[in-house]
Amino acid sequence: MQEKVNLLFIYIIIEINMFVWYYYCVNKEGEHMRNLNPETITNIVKESVIKINYELEDSLVSLIRKAKQNETNNIASSILDDIIENQEIAKKGSIPLCQDTGLVVVFMEIGREVYVDGDIYDAINEGVRLGYSEGYLRKSVVNHPFNRVNTKDNTPAIIHTKIVPGDKIKLKIASKGGGSENMSNVTMLTPTEGIEGVKKLVLDTIFNAGGKPCPPIIVGVGIGGNLEKSALLAKEAILRELDDESEDQTIKQLEQDLYKEINDLGVGPMGVGGNTTCLAVKINYFPMHIASLPVAINIQCHSSRHTEVIV
Amino acid sequence: MITLQTPITNEDVSKLHVGEKVLISGTIYTARDAAHMRLVDEKDPKFEIDGSIIFYVGPTPPRDGVVIGASGPTSSYRMDTLAIPLMEKGLKLMIGKGDRSEDFRHKMIKNNSAYLIATGGAGALLSSRIISSEVIMYEDLGPEAIRKLEVKDFPCFVAYDVHGGNIFKR
Repeated sequence: MQEKVNLLFIYIIIEINMFVWYYYCVNKEGEHMRNLNPETITNIVKESVIKINYELEDSLVSLIRKAKQNETNNIASSILDDIIENQEIAKKGSIPLCQDTGLVVVFMEIGREVYVDGDIYDAINEGVRLGYSEGYLRKSVVNHPFNRVNTKDNTPAIIHTKIVPGDKIKLKIASKGGGSENMSNVTMLTPTEGIEGVKKLVLDTIFNAGGKPCPPIIVGVGIGGNLEKSALLAKEAILRELDDESEDQTIKQLEQDLYKEINDLGVGPMGVGGNTTCLAVKINYFPMHIASLPVAINIQCHSSRHTEVIV
Repeated sequence: MITLQTPITNEDVSKLHVGEKVLISGTIYTARDAAHMRLVDEKDPKFEIDGSIIFYVGPTPPRDGVVIGASGPTSSYRMDTLAIPLMEKGLKLMIGKGDRSEDFRHKMIKNNSAYLIATGGAGALLSSRIISSEVIMYEDLGPEAIRKLEVKDFPCFVAYDVHGGNIFKR
């Protein structure tokens, strides 16, 4: 009998200890993890896709106005006037800037200390679905390369994820048009082709694209990494602030040189000629294999629709 | 500046010269990639292709009480091959954006047609020149359906004329 009481006592002690340990662990993690409702993400995406399709950022409109003042070609000048008037009409909120309201691209940085109670990718796509419906935006996504049946809600979005320190989530959200995306390019140069090879590739790509990507364009260049990394670098480059510049002196010089040389090509707004071909050149780079010099060029039309939200 | 009233005649096409601004009034039709793929083999088109204008556009959905959503041009080169049989049936003008193949341009001249461009990315501005819109073919294609539009002073520039002019040449 005494033995049984002892065993029961030991059993109770073990149970209590396990409970305390479990409670301690949960609380310890709870202290550090910030909980985020997926609906918060959905709402941010919904509101963002609507906002960016009706209103261009001020810094972009100022660049277009400045370009218009410096434009000497009459047709080019008239086109820049149209672009300026267009954004004024769209800003009133009843008609989007462009009929191509794009494919949604999201760069998401997730803090290690934030916990989303649900599927974050579903939350983003739900935001796209609601935004494209409630914002009267065009559904421009088809389900298959050859069947090409419209998904009718502009999903799925293209989502890139990075894990970062902290307890916040940063979302860079863009509506990327098809016309400018189609004129983009990835090429594997050889290291000996160097900076001149990169320049020639960028200039050839933009000259050959002509009026198709809706110039004046923003040029994103990704140099290094590998095939897919270079494309991601280029995409991230077109989402940079318009007035920033590379911290690397060689890359900064290349951004400035290319800006001038692209505008000297004479492609002009919508390809009609003139001195406004690009509004900005942004170059991002990354280490690469000793054998490689990957270069991606992502072209963004003048209607650059993107935003950044931290939650 | 030239003003044109639809339907378009051979004489209208002849008086267009590269770089000129054109204001179009009357009836035009929308079609882009998917509609072209069907239209070229269509036994019963719901509009007269002879003398017509096709605008390469897929508009955004309209809000209640609005005629049409944003309606700017899409890139024309994707329709180059399929535009040729339509020009042979009398399609006179195409409105889009960007340059097109040399093969297209030669066949366009041969068929006495012309190519106009409208400002890409100015969909809100251009939609203000559209008075009415009605889907007449391929409703299942959604934004790519063929729409009959009534336009007033719809602004374009002559990009390729029948005299050999090419606005993109440099």
